[in-house]
Amino acid sequence: MEELIKRYEYEIIANDFDIAGSTSSSIKRNLKSIGVDPSIVRKVAIVSYEAEINIIIHSKGGKMCLEIYKDKLTIRAHDNGPGISNIDLAMSEGFSTATNEAREFGFGAGMGLPNMKKYSDNFNITSSSEGTNIDIDIYMD
Amino acid sequence: MKVIDLIKELDLVKITDSFDENIEFTGVYIGDLLSLVMSRAKQGDLWITIQTHINVVAVADLLDLSAILVAEGMEIDEDTAIKANDLGLPILQSKMSAYELACGINRLGI
Repeated sequence: MEELIKRYEYEIIANDFDIAGSTSSSIKRNLKSIGVDPSIVRKVAIVSYEAEINIIIHSKGGKMCLEIYKDKLTIRAHDNGPGISNIDLAMSEGFSTATNEAREFGFGAGMGLPNMKKYSDNFNITSSSEGTNIDIDIYMD
Repeated sequence: MKVIDLIKELDLVKITDSFDENIEFTGVYIGDLLSLVMSRAKQGDLWITIQTHINVVAVADLLDLSAILVAEGMEIDEDTAIKANDLGLPILQSKMSAYELACGINRLGI
C-alpha cells in the first residue's frame, strides 16, 4: 500500500446548483498550493467537477474525497443513491437522464462519466440502489 | 490580446469590473454545454456562451479561462457577477450572436 500523504473530505448536497463546482474549486486550490503540475491539476479539476455535478444533479447527496499520495492523486465519489441502472449506457457519450431544470443550466450533456474516464488513469465505478461509488486515480507523471 | 482591448474593439459591456487590466486571452471556445466546455476549452481561452447561471464562473475558474463573453444580450444573474467579481474574472456581454462575435475576434487576428 502506498503511503497516504493527505486526505480531504467534502460533503456534497443534492440539487444545490448554486454552489456546484465549489468543491472542485477547493480541490484545485489545494493542489495548486502544494505545487502539483498544472496539467495534472487540469485533469483533476475536470474529473472532480464531473463527479461533483453528478452527485448534485442525479443523487440524494454524497461525499467526495481527495487523497494525495507520492505518485498519484485519488478522487473518490460516493453518493446515497438511487444508483445507475445501466452503467454501460451511462458511460456512452451523449446519454443523459438529467432533468429539464438541470439542462437549462447547461448540465446534462451526457459527457460526465465519459469525461471522468477520459481524464483518469484508473477509473472504477460500481452502482446499486444504495448508491454509486467512483474511484479515480491520476498519476503525477 | 488583452481583454480590455477586445472590449473597446467590439464595444462589449463590462458586467464585472474587478479584473486585472493585463488579462490576455490566447484562444476562443464557444459552447453552452458545461461538460463539453470542461473537456474542450483550454487555459487562457475566452469563452463565448449564452449560459449565465453562477456555475459558468466555476467552470471558468476551474479551467483558468481568461474571460466569459455572454452572447445574444442574455441577462447575467446577479450572483454570477458577484462571484466573478470576487475571483477577478471578467464577464462581458454583447447583443451579437456567438458567430458574429467569433467573426469579429477573428478579424482582430485571433
